[in-house]
This record gives sequence, C-alpha cells and structure tokens, in this order.
Amino acid sequence: MKAFADLLERLAFTPARNGKLRLLRDYFAARPDPERGYALAALTGDLGLRTVTPSLLRALAVERVDAELFALSYDFVGDLAETMALIWPEPDAPSDPGLTDLVEELAGAGKARLPGIITSRLDELGQSERYAYLKLATGALRVGVSARLARVAVAEFGGLDVAAVEEVWHGLTPPYRDLFAWAQGGAKPESAALAPFRPVMLSTATDAEGLASLDPADFVCEWKWDGIRVQAVSDGGVRRLYSRTGEDISAAFPDLIDTMAFEGALDGELLVRRGPEVAPFGDLQKRLNRKTAPKSLLSSHPAGLRIYDILVASGQDLRSLAYTERRKRLEDFAASLDRDRFDLSPLLHVGTWEDLARLRAEPPDPVIEGVMIKRRDSPYLAGRIRGHWFKWKRDPMVIDAVLMTAQRGHGKRSGYYSDYGFGVWDGDRLVPVGKAYFGFTDEELVELDRYVRQNTTDRFGPVRAVAPGLVLEIAFEGLNRSARHKSGVAMRFPRISRIRRDKPAEEADRIESLRALLPSEAR
Amino acid sequence: MRFDDLLHPTPQGLYCPPGDFFIDPVAPVPRALVTHGHADHARAGHGAVMATAQTLDIMAIRYGKDFTGTRQLAEGPVEVNGVRVTFGPAGHVLGSAQIGLEHRGMRITVSGDYCRHPNPACAPWEPLPCDVFVTEATFALPVFRHPAPEGEVDRLLTSLAAFPDRTHMIGAYALGKAQRVIALIRAAGWDRPIYIHGALEALCRYHVEQGVDLGDLRPATGKDLTRADYAGQIVIAPPSAFNSPWVRRFADPLIGFASGWMQIRNRAKARGVELPLVISDHVDWPDLTRTVEELAPEEVWITHGREDALLRWCEMTQRVGRPLRLVGYEDEVPE
Repeated sequence: MKAFADLLERLAFTPARNGKLRLLRDYFAARPDPERGYALAALTGDLGLRTVTPSLLRALAVERVDAELFALSYDFVGDLAETMALIWPEPDAPSDPGLTDLVEELAGAGKARLPGIITSRLDELGQSERYAYLKLATGALRVGVSARLARVAVAEFGGLDVAAVEEVWHGLTPPYRDLFAWAQGGAKPESAALAPFRPVMLSTATDAEGLASLDPADFVCEWKWDGIRVQAVSDGGVRRLYSRTGEDISAAFPDLIDTMAFEGALDGELLVRRGPEVAPFGDLQKRLNRKTAPKSLLSSHPAGLRIYDILVASGQDLRSLAYTERRKRLEDFAASLDRDRFDLSPLLHVGTWEDLARLRAEPPDPVIEGVMIKRRDSPYLAGRIRGHWFKWKRDPMVIDAVLMTAQRGHGKRSGYYSDYGFGVWDGDRLVPVGKAYFGFTDEELVELDRYVRQNTTDRFGPVRAVAPGLVLEIAFEGLNRSARHKSGVAMRFPRISRIRRDKPAEEADRIESLRALLPSEAR
Repeated sequence: MRFDDLLHPTPQGLYCPPGDFFIDPVAPVPRALVTHGHADHARAGHGAVMATAQTLDIMAIRYGKDFTGTRQLAEGPVEVNGVRVTFGPAGHVLGSAQIGLEHRGMRITVSGDYCRHPNPACAPWEPLPCDVFVTEATFALPVFRHPAPEGEVDRLLTSLAAFPDRTHMIGAYALGKAQRVIALIRAAGWDRPIYIHGALEALCRYHVEQGVDLGDLRPATGKDLTRADYAGQIVIAPPSAFNSPWVRRFADPLIGFASGWMQIRNRAKARGVELPLVISDHVDWPDLTRTVEELAPEEVWITHGREDALLRWCEMTQRVGRPLRLVGYEDEVPE
C-alpha cells in the first residue's frame, strides 16, 4: 500500500503530463501483478468497488473523534477522505498490507461488514496510506490523471501503440494480467468482449495554402459539424457509444442506444437534433458527462448521430477498404437505420478548392465549424496520419478583451505569469469572460509577464489582479451560454492571438458584442 | 485582583496595567516586551523594548539599529514596576521566549509562538509554571499532527536523487524556518553547497555567529553560475521570491515549501507547490494539548488561530478557555 499511496501523493503534486507519465511507468515497472493492475483500474475508474458513501465515513469518524472537532476540521480541510486520514489516531507501528489484499477485501465485503473492515484497516495504516485507502474506497482519486492518460502510460511502459491498447481495452478487466503480459513481450490479448472500441481516424489541420498542392479530384469533402466525435457499436446485442478517446458514454445517451438496432460500428458526430434542426454545441453539452439522463432532458435535448464512416458491418471489418468504398457501404447501411436518430453527413460537390473556400466561408448551418477533406482511396487508419484526412476550420471568432488577472505557471514557465484571465466591458465595469494560457510566443510571454508585474493591483495566492490597460485579441472556436460564469457566456478553446498594444483598454469589446456571437437559440 | 487586572487584550495588543507595558504590541507603544523576532510580533517604533539578546539583535538586523528608543536585555527575572518578569525559551525560532508575569502571587505565561519539537536552530522550550497560560492556536485542529521533520527532509533528498536535473527550490521564511531547514538538510548528510536567496543572507550569517552550523552557504545570485550549474542543487528562498523573475535563472525549478500548512493538500496546491514539506515551528495539536495538560493552568487564553477547536477541547476536558481574538498576528509570517 505504501507504494500506491506514494504514487497518488506524487501524482497529485506533479503538474506536468510527462512527469505524471513517468511516475506511472515507473510504478508499473516496479510493482508486480496483480497489484499494478488494481492500481491501473483505480486510476481509470474501472475498479467497480461498492461505493463507500460520505455519510458512512462520517459515522466512522465520529466514533473516534468528537463530532464538533471533526466538523471544524472538515470545514478547514475541505475533503472528507483527507480529513479522516489526518485525524484518525496514528498506530504505534503502521503496517503495510498489499494493495491487492485491500482491494480484494473491499470487493468481497458485504454492505454490513464494510464499516468494520474500513475501521480496522484505518487503525493499522499510516497517514498517507489511510488517505490512499479512503480514496480507493470512495472511488474518487482526484490526482489529475484521466483514464486515457493512464492507458497512455501502460502503452509507453510496454512500448505499445496507444491505439492498439485502446482497441483491446474494453475487452479487458482488472487486474489486467493479460495487458501487462503483452506490455512485457507476451501475446496481444484477444479482444473477447462484444462491441469493442476501435481507435478512430483523425485529421490534420490545413488551409488554402496547404490544399494548393493537392488535386481536388483525389478528395471528397464534407461539412465539419460542431458536436462530439463518437463511435456507435452494436454487436450481438451489446450496444455502446464511445467517445473519440474510447470512454464509454452509453449511459448518458439511452435514447440513441435504444435505436441502435444494427450490427456494426459507425463513426459520426453526436449532435442534439430536433427534427431537421441541429442544436448548438451548448445544448449537447447539457447531455455530456452524465451517469444517467433524466427523461425531461431526453425529450427536450434529443441526441442524434450524423454518420460519416463505417468500420464494421454485420461482423465484417471494413477498415481496409478505400473511403469511397466504405461510403457506399455506409449509404446502404443507413437506409435501414432510424431516420430520426441517424442521418448521413452529406457530401459537398466541389470542383476546385476555390469552390470549397466559398462553401466554407458561408456554411448553410450555424452548427458547422468548417469542412473535412478526405482522400478517396484512404483506408480507415487509427490515429492522426498525415495526408489522408484534413480539417479546414472556419476562421475563429475573435474579440478584443482586457487583461484582468494572471497566474503563475509551472515547470518551464515557473516564475512567469503565464495563465491569463481577461474580460470585456459591461457598462463601465469589466466582466471576466475567460482564461487563456497559450497562443502567444516566448517573446510575448516575456512581455505579458512584464506587464503583469508592473501593473499588479492585488494578489491572491499565486494570482495577481492587474490594472485594466492591456488589450488582448482572443481567438476562440465558439461561444455557449453559461450559468456558471458571471458574464453568462463561456468560450471554447480561447487563446491569445495577438497583443493589441495599439488599442486603448476602453475601446475593447463590450459584453453586448460578445452576446451577439451566441448561437441564435442560446441568445 | 483578577487575572484581567494583570493582563488584558487591547487594540494594540496584550497590556499589563501594573507593569505599564505591552507584550508583542502590533502598534507603537511606550514600552514593549517582545517574545520573538517575527515581524508580526516584533515591530519597530516603540519607546522601549525588552527582549532576549538574540531577539534584540534580530530586530536591529531587520529594522536598523534605531528600531526603538531604548532597549533592555531580558536576562534572568527582573522587576518592572513591581511585576516580576521572566523570559524562558519557547523553541520557536532563535531568541524566541515565553514571557512569565508574576504579581501578588498571580502568574501568567504568555507563550508567544512556541514549538516542542527539538530544533537545531534554537534553544528548546521549557515550561514556565502559571495560573493562566496564554497560547497561540495556529495549528489547533486535530488534523494537525506534524510528522518528524527529518522524514520530510528525506523526501527532499529522495526527490533530488529522482530529478537530478532540476533545481530544488525550497520556500522557507527568512527567520527561523530557513535556518532550521538548512540545519536539517546538513544533519541528513547533504554536504554540498546550499544556495540562499539574498533576503536570507543577514539572518543566516547571524545564526552562524550564534553557533548554529549551517555548512557551506552560497548566494543564489552568483553571476559565474549558469543554469546548468544549478541542476540538482538546493536553493532556499523566501516563498515570495517564487513570484519573481529571479526563479528563471534556475534549471527546470521544482518548487517546494516548508510549512506546517503543507499538511493540507489544497493549501499546497493553491501555492503551486510540487514538493510540500511539512515542517513547522509551531506546536501541533498533540503538543498543544499536551502542554496545557502538563502546565495545568486555571485558565487557557487563546491569542490567535483556530480557537474554536481549542475552546471545544477545553470544554471537553473541563478547563476554562477564553478567546482573546487578538488581531494583527499572522498564521505564518509573510515576509
């Protein structure tokens, strides 16, 4: 348990992605099966232990500590597992039971035995191990490692292709002995599970200049829809909806799952669709990241899939076929699908790149965010392979905003104020509308940092408030209505495209002009 | 006479009417008794200051020689307007003292900030028997159980071995914490130079003069050192320095912070710390409650900090607890 507790501790305080990957690789190399597999499952959220509720933990705590002292402590610390780990009486000689024993014990315990087991384990563990144990039991690690990052770490540990790991992942179960055997030179696990995820084909960004050297006759074009990329797989009665990175998001979309009466794997854009009308991304966002979907939401925000590729049809893997061949199969396949839920992404008829540029400049639907350009003879390839699929996004939206706050960066950016909060005018006050920490050059970083230091008006921990004097041109991909932000709007992928030294702060944009950019339904 | 007649809180700080002096006043007063040199307890501009020799030296280093009108060395018990005053070691920082007052058979001990864990950079705490114990409550919650500081320094050395290319920069307040951390690193066997920020130089030099062995200290501002030279080195600096461009001269800095607050994850994360070192020069919950039990005073007065929890504990253990709610004292001194 010490090794796992140490891993969690270090992951939580290591800000850099590469640092986290290194810690994970080292852990997988150092720990035996099945321990490392259970650790991996804990990180990916696949351990599937009976959830220990906060009220159960609180009840255990106040058996040992005065309830009022516990409440005061919890108020101060702000995290239940951490409060319990810190406050629990320290054993004279802490023991170090194996992670495997602890996981298997929790998994095998009935509801009635659970409190007794947790108490006796807390009595024997040291502080850091108590914390790790409680995080394990409550199922929320919060160490800044996504399931995807954990799988990348396994792939790197074994020198495996991440896409190949993703492909077998959904057929595997903790403690993943077969996966680690593969990572250490053994055979690739057979994906035995029905409806597995298949790594998606990704595009590279291009523009008019990039297209100039290509022959339009070799390519097919489509709209790029502003939803989320998903894979809908139906296989022997098992139906799953996967995100682009292989997360199973089926539970949030029962309406779509119910209508997946086919045998195959489809690639498409998940959208909220009301009849022929496609809703803006903000509507889809209401349906994302849910464990269940309330009925009212299903009827007010119905999900649909705009399909553009087919990977498997009736058990036959089509990925090696050329795009045009797959498209034919897709069109045949689509004929048998529920039309209210599934429709084909239409093809664009362009003779020249100029035709495409014109279409891109004036798309017929506000939920289009650019165009896709796909090579006619490309097979369906996992990952982002240059030369096959291209995206040419609509020009980003831009506004001129005023720098309001700045926060210190990490690692290479230590000592620089590199994360910026900016706002626009609402009457004579600035209202914050977003944060950006990329888009600028190293020279601009130095300039921004200097501005922050010379114009600080207030400090809150690592954050500084600055006098409203510097205008930043902010580029972003779209705007949603947001109840969480004071301004009522939330930007997608904001970044700093230019420092507008020429522009006085009072001439920066106003909140009205930002609201005018909201999709009409959301305005 | 009641305890209140010997000592009571005022807006300027604790005041002793028969002795006509303040203890650790937060504003200029005619006569001040000062427990230790941290900026929130020791301020410049009083008419007269009584303190230990080391605290007087430290105040002169920080504020200049004329930080007060007159000064009086606290050495053995002295009478001040009929109040018997005793300074006893507090184990907090170099020169730190508790102040005992005795008048007409009534004894009050003002502990200032204190720590019971051995500290190579200052004299250890000693009990001053009393009827009223005036205590801080900085870490007065049962979640605060400071680990052995030696173990925390081990974690620093382990990190140095794991990341030999990164400059390990440890934030530590200039008076006390910095020297304690350095002494602990030396005790753990690190004999390479330790680089210190300019803001620590005068106080480190003073500690060495007072016989605290800090080993080979070098300025972390040397023009002849390149970024690569700092790889795998230890740099100690006041935490505020990490907000300054000074940090950029070092190799892929790994920021640490030595403080009792580092026990709380959110606190450590909010400060952008990668290596939190739980090293405190205050009493933790077990030591605070143990101290009260050992002294067994009639009343416990609480100056500042998390008084609610300590009051609850007093209630549970049938003690009289009283919050003084003094303002002007920091949880830890920002410098």
